[in-house]
Amino acid sequence: MGHDSTYTNQKFKVVGTRVNRPDGVDKVTGRAKYGADAYAPGQLVGLFLRSPHAHAKIKKIDVSKAEKLDGVKAIITSADLPDLTGDDRDLTDILENCMARGRALYDGHAVAAVAAIDMQTAKKALKLIKISYQKLPHVTDVDQAMEPGAPIIHDFVRDRKTGKPSNVCKISQFGHGDVEAGFAEADVIIEKTFKTEQTHQGYIEPHACLANISSDNTGELWVTTQGHFGFRSTCAELLGMDVAKLKVTSSEIGGGFGGKTHVWIEPIALALSRKANRPVKVVMSRDEVFRASGPTSATSIDVKIGAKKDGTITGATADLRYTNGAFPGFWAMLGSMISFACYDIKHVKSIGYDVIVNRPKVAAYRAPSAPMPAFAIESVMDLIAAELKMKPIELRIKNAAKEGTRASYGPTYGPIGIGPTLDAAKNHPHMRARLKKNQGRGVACGFWFNFGGQTCVDLNIGIDGSVNLIVGTVDVGGSRASLALIAAEELGIPYEQVRANVGDTASLGHNDMTDGSRGTFSSGMATIFAARNAITVLRERAAKTWDIPLESVIWKEGAARATGKGNSNRPPLSLKELAASAPNTGGPIAGHNEVVADNAGVSFASHICDVEVDPETGVTKVIRYTVIQDAGKAVHPDYVEGQLQGGAAQGIGWALNEEYVYGDDGCLQNPGFLDYRIPVCSDLPFIDTQILEIPNPDHPYGIRGVGETSIVPPLAAIGNAVSNAVGVRMNHTPMSPIRILKAIEDSKA
Amino acid sequence: MSGVHVSTTINGDPVEFACPQDETLINSLRDRVGLTGVKEGCGTGDCGACSVTLDGRLVCSCLVLSAEVNGKEIATVEGMVEDGKLHPLQQQFIEHAALQCGICTPGILVAAKVLLERNPNPSEEEIRYALAGNLCRCTGYDKIVRAVQAAGKEMRKKSR
Ligand code: FES
Ligand code: FES
Repeated sequence: MGHDSTYTNQKFKVVGTRVNRPDGVDKVTGRAKYGADAYAPGQLVGLFLRSPHAHAKIKKIDVSKAEKLDGVKAIITSADLPDLTGDDRDLTDILENCMARGRALYDGHAVAAVAAIDMQTAKKALKLIKISYQKLPHVTDVDQAMEPGAPIIHDFVRDRKTGKPSNVCKISQFGHGDVEAGFAEADVIIEKTFKTEQTHQGYIEPHACLANISSDNTGELWVTTQGHFGFRSTCAELLGMDVAKLKVTSSEIGGGFGGKTHVWIEPIALALSRKANRPVKVVMSRDEVFRASGPTSATSIDVKIGAKKDGTITGATADLRYTNGAFPGFWAMLGSMISFACYDIKHVKSIGYDVIVNRPKVAAYRAPSAPMPAFAIESVMDLIAAELKMKPIELRIKNAAKEGTRASYGPTYGPIGIGPTLDAAKNHPHMRARLKKNQGRGVACGFWFNFGGQTCVDLNIGIDGSVNLIVGTVDVGGSRASLALIAAEELGIPYEQVRANVGDTASLGHNDMTDGSRGTFSSGMATIFAARNAITVLRERAAKTWDIPLESVIWKEGAARATGKGNSNRPPLSLKELAASAPNTGGPIAGHNEVVADNAGVSFASHICDVEVDPETGVTKVIRYTVIQDAGKAVHPDYVEGQLQGGAAQGIGWALNEEYVYGDDGCLQNPGFLDYRIPVCSDLPFIDTQILEIPNPDHPYGIRGVGETSIVPPLAAIGNAVSNAVGVRMNHTPMSPIRILKAIEDSKA
Repeated sequence: MSGVHVSTTINGDPVEFACPQDETLINSLRDRVGLTGVKEGCGTGDCGACSVTLDGRLVCSCLVLSAEVNGKEIATVEGMVEDGKLHPLQQQFIEHAALQCGICTPGILVAAKVLLERNPNPSEEEIRYALAGNLCRCTGYDKIVRAVQAAGKEMRKKSR
C-alpha cells in the first residue's frame, strides 16, 4: 500500500515539545554500552600493526616468531584475506584499506593484526612481526599530486585524455549558462585561491568492536557504527558470509559525524575471530583513529565571481581540488555540486578534481565537502561587497536562491530557507551589537542536500498498551526521543507510553546508515506510516468488538471511536483496552513500514560571528556566535539546537585550530588530541540559535534533515570576521595564530 | 609477567584486584572491576573522558597506574546516584539535553561534581575553565554549561 507523504500542516500535541530522552538515565549513570563496553567469555585482544611509511612496497612479512609466542591465537595479513570482491572496485579498495596488499599507501595503513589472550601478549606479538619495506616516493599535498611527474599512487587510475597514470581519479562539472558571457556583463570581478587543511571528525569514542564467528561461518558483531546494516553487508561480502548469518548490533555510539559510516577494523576483527575461533575485541587507540580512520579532504580552491554595480551576480566559477586519501572517492564531486547552491546565478560553473594522495582514505565528515567551498565562495562574496560598498548581508540577500531557482547542481528548488535565514540574520540583534577594537564580524551562508533512503520500522503494541518502536537508524544524538514523539503524536498517546529502540540486523529489514541527516527524516516518515498501519489494525479490532463496519470507526486522541447512526453512545475503546483484549480479537497488534524516503528537503543556514584577534599573538577568540537555520519541523527543539551548536563548534575548530600536519617524510605529526586541538569549553561562547521552520512539502510533518548544515558556514563566517578584525583577507584554514600573523606581516610588506 | 595486588575503595565499596604492574587505572576499572562508565577517548590525558576522583582529587584514570591506588578511595560516575536518586547534575544534564552521544558525559559529570563541591556558585567562565580538560565533540558545550549552572542552583537551594 502506498503512503502519502505530503505535508498536511496539522497541529501538533507532543511533537515540538522538549521531553527527556529515553536513553538519558543510562548515559548519565555510565550504564550505556558503547563500542568498547561489550565483553564475551574467552575474548581475545586484537591489535594492528601499521605502516610507519607514507608509501612503501611490502617486500616480506614474517610472522613466524610472533606465531610461536604463547598466548597468540591468530595473526592476519593480506595473505589470509582472499579477494572476493569481483569487479567491485570500491569494495576492493575497502579490502585493501582495511589491510595493505603488497603496498602500504599511507602512514598508519594496516599491514598485520594479531589476536592474543591479553594486551601485553598482543603488544609483544606485534613487536615480533618482521616486515621489510622498500620506501617509495610519496605525495601528500593536493596541488603537488596533480603536477606532472608526481609520484603515482595507483596504476589503474588514468588521465581521461592521455590515458596515462594519474592521481586525478575523477573530474566532475556542474553548472549552467555561459560563464564567459556572465563575466562580460560584470562590473567587478574578483578571483582568489583558498586552501583548507585536512581535519578529522574527532568523535571522542574511538572505533571499537567485538567480533565473534563460529566454525560454521555464522557470527555476531557488536560495533560502534552509524549503520549496522551497511557494516553487515560490507563485512559479509569481504569475508564470504551470507548477510543473514552475520548479526550486527550497533552499540551506543560515541560520536561519528560521518566517520563511522565506513568499516576500518571490523572485517579484520571478524577474520581474527574466525581464525582463532574465539571472540575478538578490537579498540583503536586515538593515534590509530587519526592515522588510520577517515578524515575529511584537504582542499585547494579557485573562485571567480563577477557582479554588476547593483550587486547582481552575473557569473561565477570554482575549481575545486580535494584530497581523497589513498583511494578514489567523490569528494570534489560533492564539493562542485554544493559550491554555489545558496545563490541564484545565471551563469555558473564548478569543476571538481578528486585527487589521490598518500593519506588515509577520506570519509564523510558532517556535510562532507561543503564547508571548504563555502569558505572560498563566502569570502569572495565579502570581497565583492566591499568593492561595491554594499553590506555583505545585502549582497547575499540580493542573490539568494528562492523557490523556483535552478540550483547550480541541477534541480529547481521548492520552498527553501536561504532567504528567510538571511532576513532573520539581518534583523538579529547580534547584527547591531557594537564591536570594539581588534574585533570583527562575519556573516556566511551554507547549504546541505540532506538524504532520505531505505528505512523500515516495527511498532509493537504491548499487552499493557505501551508501545515499542524498533528503528534501524542508529541514534547519534537523541533521535530515539524524536521518533518516540512522532509515534506518540500519530497514535494520540503520551510520549511516556512509547519506548524507542534501535534494532539489530537480525530483527529488522535493511536500513541505510544514519548519514546525510536522514535519521529523523526517514525513520520519522516510516514511524508515521507504521503507526497509521497499527491504527488500521486497532480500528479493525474495535469494529470487530462492536460488530460494526470498519468505516464507522475512527481513531482520535488515542482511542477508537464509533461514528454514525446508532453508534454515538458507545464509549470509546482506548489503545490500552484494545491491547488488553488483543488475544481475543486476533492476536498481537503491530504496525510496520518499509519505505524509500525521498525528498529529504534541502537545508540552508546563515551564521553571524564576532571574533577578537590579538594583533600581538595572532590568537583569535570567538566572542559571539549566532546560528540561524531552517530545520523544517523541529521535532525535539533541544536536539535541533544541539545539532546547530555542535556543528558550529566543529566548524570553529576547523576554522581556527584543527589540521593534519604532515612532515616531509609524509608521516602525520600530530595524531593526538594534544597537538590536534579541538575546541574546549573555555574556547567557546554560548552559541545562540534561531530555528526557522519552513516545512518540507514532502514529509507528512514537514521534517527536513537538520544535523549537517551547521558545519558549513563557520569557516567562512570566521574567515570574514577575522579578515574584518585584522584588515587582511584570510585565505587558508585553519587561521592559526601563525597564519594570521603572517598574513598581517605580508600585507605590510 | 609480574603483577600487583591492589586493595582500594571504589564508590564506597571495598574492592581488590590483581593486575600487571604497568596497567593503568582506566583498564583495571573497566576490564577488571566492570566499571565501563569510565570511558577512554585518548589514553594520553587529553580528553577527560576517563575522569575519576582519587581521594577526592580529579584525575585522568588513563594517567594513573593501578599500582598507585592501593589504599586510596576512587569515585566514578557509577557512584553518583545516591539512594536511588540521580545527582542534580545527572538530572540537569538530562533536562537540558546536555548530551548528544553521551560518551563525554561520565567524565564531565565527575569533573563538574568536583567543581561544584569546591565552588557552589561558579561563574560561566569558572565552569568553562573547570571543564576545559573534558572534550565534548557533539554539543559545543552550550547546554553543558547551562546544565552545570542549573545543577549548582538546585544544590545551593537544597543546602540552604
Ligand atoms: S582517556 Fe584519559 S584523558 Fe582521554
Ligand atoms: S555528547 Fe558526544 S562527545 Fe559530548
